[in-house]
Amino acid sequence: MTTVDEHETLSLPESGSRTIDDRLRGLVRWESGLVVLFVISLFYGASTSQYFMSLQTFFFAGLNFGEIAIMALPMTLIIITGEIDLSVASMLGLSASVLGYLFMHGWNLWLAMLICLIVGIVGGALNGVLITRLGLPSIAVTIGTLTLYRGIALIVLGSNTPTGFPEWATKISLPIGGSHIAYDFAIFVVMAIVFGVVLHMTPFGRSLFAIGLQQETAFFSGIRVKRIKFLLYVLSGLICSFAGILYTFQQASSASNTGLGLELNVVAIALFGGVSIFGGRGTIFGVFLAVCILASLQASLTDANVSAQAQNIVTGCLLLISVLVPNARDGFSRARAQLRRRKVRGAT
Amino acid sequence: MSITDEQLAVSSNARPTSSSFVTRLLGFRELAIVVAIGLVFGATFLKNSSFASAASVQQLLSGPSIIILLAVGETLVIITRNVDLSIGSVLGLSAYIVGIFFEHNPHFPVALALLVGLGVGLACGVVNGVIVAYARVPSLVVTLGMLYIIRGIDAIIVNGHQIDPSSIPQSFVNFGSNNVIGIPILFIVSVVAVAIVGYAMRTFRSARDLYAIGSNPDAAVLAGIPVQRRIFSAFAFSGALAGLGGALWLAEFATVASTAGTGYELDVVAAVVVGGVAIFGGSGTVLGAALGALLLNTIDQALVAARVSSFWNQAIAGAMLLVAIAFDRYVALRTERVLRVEGARRDNG
Repeated sequence: MTTVDEHETLSLPESGSRTIDDRLRGLVRWESGLVVLFVISLFYGASTSQYFMSLQTFFFAGLNFGEIAIMALPMTLIIITGEIDLSVASMLGLSASVLGYLFMHGWNLWLAMLICLIVGIVGGALNGVLITRLGLPSIAVTIGTLTLYRGIALIVLGSNTPTGFPEWATKISLPIGGSHIAYDFAIFVVMAIVFGVVLHMTPFGRSLFAIGLQQETAFFSGIRVKRIKFLLYVLSGLICSFAGILYTFQQASSASNTGLGLELNVVAIALFGGVSIFGGRGTIFGVFLAVCILASLQASLTDANVSAQAQNIVTGCLLLISVLVPNARDGFSRARAQLRRRKVRGAT
Repeated sequence: MSITDEQLAVSSNARPTSSSFVTRLLGFRELAIVVAIGLVFGATFLKNSSFASAASVQQLLSGPSIIILLAVGETLVIITRNVDLSIGSVLGLSAYIVGIFFEHNPHFPVALALLVGLGVGLACGVVNGVIVAYARVPSLVVTLGMLYIIRGIDAIIVNGHQIDPSSIPQSFVNFGSNNVIGIPILFIVSVVAVAIVGYAMRTFRSARDLYAIGSNPDAAVLAGIPVQRRIFSAFAFSGALAGLGGALWLAEFATVASTAGTGYELDVVAAVVVGGVAIFGGSGTVLGAALGALLLNTIDQALVAARVSSFWNQAIAGAMLLVAIAFDRYVALRTERVLRVEGARRDNG
């Protein structure tokens, strides 16, 4: 824990008294930028289409982004510890395939769902063991399991696309009774709150930042680095398999290519939400805002007849901005510090 | 880890005589892939003798050619402890732009078409390089962003259109499908690229700098290596090869839609890693990466020839990748131990 405290004292102003300048700097957080961007994206949406500011838009945006958003939560925790998990979308596909396969063979749906979650835990544990016990780089391992899990999904389900899931399950593609809230979105919000509380208000959550900032220091401060990372990968596997179940019910069918290629979208959301790729920095609130911005932009661009592929440009630019802007700010403050030093040197 | 990497770099650069063990291990790494390719080939041949027919072998060579080309560029980038995820999109964009040139002018010369592809890729690579090297932002994020941006630009240019195979001149299609003395031209192109870059990576100082940067970026700066310029060049080079790969893609398939090359980036990274290039930079060879691509492709086609359901391809490729990473880790740990013992002996003696 000392690392975290150290980090915080380091970021406090040296004099102790907060000047206007410091207070301004507190406001210039990445999250404030995201709030502004979100408002802009809402105005943009409202200006492109009169139908944008409707509850329907809200519902469909929640429906489209639900799974990606849910998978972005464990991804956030993993990236904060300085690792990455690229196997998330394959895990979603594997879970969807297992669910479809078991349902096709007449299993009880609840039991099938339980098996899916267990598959998710096992898959996450495999990632975790390879990364923490064998000490292999997470980016390479999870590219491997990305291929492996998708491959197993193909073996399990082949080219079958089972349908005919019971109505009580597929009704999650409809709004929650009487409202315009998508089930996916509601689940995401609840989970985001839980993740936010755990990450920002518990010793466990704080220890993730410590690991991301200085792994060795965290270890010598008594944080069980390997165990925590292992648990995060298991959690990621579990949640991605859960997202796979949701996705299957929402589509009312299952296929082995479910969620193909979504891993990079999930990473993009976490990074755009202000999570540092080097670990040690990031908030759930930022990721939540990133989801809102991308969902709202997607809705308005679709209203404006921009093709889904062309919308990629927006995602890409936002990603670049998310690394370039904080960097420019750092460069600016570095330059200013240098200037100040030079001035002091000139005075003496 | 960084200390040992540094030791590795120092021992292999400064004392060529006593680094025989390290060189032997590196040679061993590539030999292991060759043996694996031989085993897969032999086992499949026993099951289905037509696997060794000329047509099948030609397919084995031409299939992975474009991936090999991309892997060469990716290797350079990964050796500097960076990654280029934009290559799949670059390939798609370049393939389509070359296609447009042919649609407007059916007599467009083949060599010039390859140059156009190379140029498009180079332009994308330069953008990557400038942002990563000079704005000092993590390459994973930048190239992920560029992956989306270039694919989006591609989609806008393509706009639902598809290059018509009939508008591609026969000479260019021949380039993608013909053989010279029984060897596919595509494969020859990629072998030439591997040979040239492989030679450069062993010989030229500027190329050796890439290893130094990947082993220890801070030490590389202190050693006076122009780190930013080298990283910039690695990205520009990777982009250019991906662009050339796009032109070859058009030659091979004669048609391009806006999805060409989607997902290639992870295939290429997988091939490079299977080929023994450390994902955190500082070690690995271009030859290894090319062999890695060849191995993954051979397995793919062996499964088809052995009449194993093609559904198994991906799972086996994934398992292979994990084995390769674990194997490299094992070798690295052993090397580290041996170097430590050697170092202790030297200090005492």
